[in-house]
Amino acid sequence: MKPLDLARQAAQGDRRALAQLLSWVEDDCPEGRAALSALVEPAQPACVIGITGSPGCGKSTLVDALIAHLRQQDLSVAVLAVDPSSPFSGGAILGDRIRMSRHFLDPGVFIRSLASRGSLGGLAPGVPAALRLFGAVGFPWVLIETVGVGQSEIDVAEIADLCALVLSPATGDGIQAFKAGILEVADVVVINKADLDGALELEREVKATLALSSEPPPVLRTVALSGEGVDQLYAVLSQLWTTLRDTGGLQQRRRRRTRYEVAAALRQLASQALAGAEAVFEAVEDGRLSAQAAAERLLAQRHQQG
Amino acid sequence: MSEPRIRVLVAKPGLDGHDRGAKIIARALRDAGMEVVYTGLRQTAEMIVSAAIQEDVDVIGLSILSGAHLHYTTEISRLLQEQGASDILLFLGGIIPTEDVPRLVALGVKGIFTPGASTAQVVSAIRQAVVERH
Ligand SMILES: Nc1nc2c(ncn2[C@@H]2O[C@H](COP(=O)(O)OP(=O)(O)O)[C@@H](O)[C@H]2O)c(=O)[nH]1
Ligand SMILES: [Mg+2]
Repeated sequence: MKPLDLARQAAQGDRRALAQLLSWVEDDCPEGRAALSALVEPAQPACVIGITGSPGCGKSTLVDALIAHLRQQDLSVAVLAVDPSSPFSGGAILGDRIRMSRHFLDPGVFIRSLASRGSLGGLAPGVPAALRLFGAVGFPWVLIETVGVGQSEIDVAEIADLCALVLSPATGDGIQAFKAGILEVADVVVINKADLDGALELEREVKATLALSSEPPPVLRTVALSGEGVDQLYAVLSQLWTTLRDTGGLQQRRRRRTRYEVAAALRQLASQALAGAEAVFEAVEDGRLSAQAAAERLLAQRHQQG
Repeated sequence: MSEPRIRVLVAKPGLDGHDRGAKIIARALRDAGMEVVYTGLRQTAEMIVSAAIQEDVDVIGLSILSGAHLHYTTEISRLLQEQGASDILLFLGGIIPTEDVPRLVALGVKGIFTPGASTAQVVSAIRQAVVERH
């Protein structure tokens, strides 16, 4: 199948075509790039929401509840669920879908699981391109679930329009969140598992910490399992997003995403340029070449190879 | 460029309620470098095919202990055909009587593993089938 045909089919709602395109952009192959450039930006940009938090805090369950809420309003939604790849085998178990199975047969819901692959602790490299695809295909909402460990919650905040940080009383999240400073990337803080002991206390701690910042994000309580509080979360997210759009903030965030995407491409060029560069490394060790000059030479060589 | 990752959907159709075997296989496939989408228990044929298409997997691995393997395999292979996805390879694990094997193979099942099979056998059969498909 040719990239352009596939792009056209995907834009017309063909799920298999969309899935194939996603694989192409994930593998970053030439066909994927060709198809991407053939797709047109939608008139109305999608709401891209990042959902991050530590393992087990209820992100997938919350995504499931948000999907249900969006579908009630007849809004279609695409989900990217990112799980880490094993650093040992490169393989991954992608299990977020389990929590969303009631939506599997809904034609207005598209769920794709991604492994983080090469990116060290960060987000899967294909995510920005996948967002472009979802936008072009016309999903008004896109949810990205990422495990909040290492770099990924910082990454998702750079890529999404808005980032919801999920905390839960069961996972001893409080201290962790405050230590790592991840509260700072949140546009909304969700205290999930509000049905459990300790939720109110966690909320108080979070609010006390946030009181120190100049523009503290809203803090909400949810019970993702029952859907309680999810209407509120939806209302807050839509409100924030609309404000962003109307004040030019959305453009800034999109620029940040583009910057992230280009930076990732640069890093990839660099790592390709480093392959098989032993002779250059020797020159640096011998003092014949500075590291700076070596880098420039490698990139130039990489460029010549095309 | 690294070679493309093999993506596998591991699913457990039907109502029998334990997925230990499916989880063991999922881990073995991950440890062999594959990306395993795990969909959990109580999946209908429609749900499995819909997930497999959205996830663009190379392989569907079904774990069936309930004796309903012919039913589910027939359904899934029909739905894959209908939805233009018959290039997705089907593997089956569970308690499968030998007399059913010819019919399952005729339905397009590429590999059948009964409880005695080692995970290494499953890994290499999947790898080989994916290579041969290309
Ligand atoms: N009590 C309670 N449990 C929840 C809630 N939300 C999720 N869980 C449970 O927490 C566990 C982890 O949920 P999951 O969504 O997979 O978390 P994730 O790892 O952050 O994606 C599951 O057993 C869920 O059923 C909630 O609001 N209350
Ligand atoms: Mg999850």
